[in-house]
Amino acid sequence: MSTEPRGKRPGRPSIGSGNEPSGRRPQKMTTGRFGLYAFLVITAAFFLTPLYVMLATSLKSMPEIREGNLLSWPIAPTVAAWVKAWSTACTGLNCTGLQVGFMNSVRILVPSVLLSISVGAVTGYTLSFWRPRGAEILFGALMMVAFVPYQVFIYPLVRIFSYAGLNNSLAGIVVVHTIFGLPTMTLIFRNHFAALPNELFRAARVDGAGFWRIFGQIMLPMAVPIIVVAMILQVTGIWNDFIFGLVFAGRENLPMTVQLNNIVNSTQGEREYNVDMAATMLTALVPLAVYFFSGRWFVRGIAAGAVKG
Amino acid sequence: MKSSHINAQIALLPAILIALVVYCGTTGWTIWISFTNSRMLPSSVMVGWRNYLSLIGNERWVVSVTNLFVFGALFISAALVLGFLLAAMIDRHVRAESLFRSVFLYPFSMSFIVTGLAWRWLLDPTLGIEKLAHAIGFSWFHFDWLVRPDRVIYTLVLAAVWHAAGLVMAILLAGLRGIDGEIWKAARVDGLPVWRTYISVILPMLTGSFATATLLLATSVVRLYDLSVAMTNGGPGVASEVPAKFVMDHLFERANVGLATAAASTMLVTIVAVAAPWLYYQQRGRRT
Repeated sequence: MSTEPRGKRPGRPSIGSGNEPSGRRPQKMTTGRFGLYAFLVITAAFFLTPLYVMLATSLKSMPEIREGNLLSWPIAPTVAAWVKAWSTACTGLNCTGLQVGFMNSVRILVPSVLLSISVGAVTGYTLSFWRPRGAEILFGALMMVAFVPYQVFIYPLVRIFSYAGLNNSLAGIVVVHTIFGLPTMTLIFRNHFAALPNELFRAARVDGAGFWRIFGQIMLPMAVPIIVVAMILQVTGIWNDFIFGLVFAGRENLPMTVQLNNIVNSTQGEREYNVDMAATMLTALVPLAVYFFSGRWFVRGIAAGAVKG
Repeated sequence: MKSSHINAQIALLPAILIALVVYCGTTGWTIWISFTNSRMLPSSVMVGWRNYLSLIGNERWVVSVTNLFVFGALFISAALVLGFLLAAMIDRHVRAESLFRSVFLYPFSMSFIVTGLAWRWLLDPTLGIEKLAHAIGFSWFHFDWLVRPDRVIYTLVLAAVWHAAGLVMAILLAGLRGIDGEIWKAARVDGLPVWRTYISVILPMLTGSFATATLLLATSVVRLYDLSVAMTNGGPGVASEVPAKFVMDHLFERANVGLATAAASTMLVTIVAVAAPWLYYQQRGRRT
């Protein structure tokens, strides 16, 4: 990705200071610039509409939803739907609300994030500094898997997990998240370590430091930024997971996304759109919070996970 | 220092085990099952290509595959075009740049389930956009694509583009920021109009960023499952079914493991067939 051709023209004298960012132009409010802002603002409105409608709907009462229109702000905003979604919304005959799914998601999230990052960091470190035989093949295999549909693995995995007694358990879903988080985690840690000067590693070897000591005392402290990136990727990825939670977590541990879908599709009595939307918002809150608080780190995560091969 | 190398081997054990058992082992197992007459329970009676033949004759599978190609083509091209427009415009030194960036990228942080449920509500044929249009006087307005078998797949495209356009924007914006300012000056000195500069100078320089974005989008197309489940659950009828959902439903609800694994294997082979030349081309490009 970094080897794009630089179409620099030879023999052109540079004009100005030469350090301007790309695309700088004089900032007059011309027709063109007006059109540019108009496009950006309209597109931004399109992107914000679903969030606004979700929020507005979740604060309305059902009669208001039926009589009013989609875009109107609630006349008498009420959080009743939020309370109901959180504590008493039903899936089938089970009316304990989304809080159950929330707690399950937290219980899945914490060990999965820790384990997947640990395995990825150790694998990336070993692959980039120790290069045992077959390292390239292993890395290639990991990268291939990043594109293969999960459906190819799922049925045999369910069978293996049943034999091992891991099926429908918290441990099972944690292992699954570690397995399928491994390619990306290995990739970003390997790339990060590969960018460090090799002298660092050699000096530590000369000083007699062993495998784990170099990892723990030298490499890990230098990997803090990439650990943050890895956490952002894994927290949002695992929280948003649906398919693995559905198949491997078991009825007792269903994550929030699965429970949300069950609540919305539960056909007991009249559909309550305000409760549905409050539940949807509640499920989106964790990744949204990660997104808004992490700022540019989120984009770094995308970039780090996107550089394949 | 021998022990360090042994430690290195031990440290790789989890990854090696996962690669061998999970990636290779289960793939082989899935392909093997697809040639047996497994229904609800696995069976080792080989039936040759029978599952594949009934797959080809399965109307729901044909619809799923067609949907995937229609969805994939429209979604990838729309997300690339919209993402590029946004990136290029944001790169023109607009005010409130970081606000715009945040707004365009936030949908990507949310799950497909949330995305699907949000759009399902917006496009609800009785209480959604159609009702809004009627309320402000456009009584002729009809928008019932969510429940129209011939149109429903486009609503999935709409929701998915909303979800992923910001991702394309972020990747392309990083690419644009890496372009030397001198290029713009040279183009200006040459009297090249801005739009021409974008098309004939900037776009070719962004090939790598476009490839990355396309790859990420394509991966999500193949894995498309949650969005269809949340938004339409495959309906109306089977009009918005997708291959991944076909496999999941036949594995766990319809108890036809043979057919499901045949479908999964077909997906795998298709992807390898598409990805192999692409990888080969990439490798060659790197060498030259």
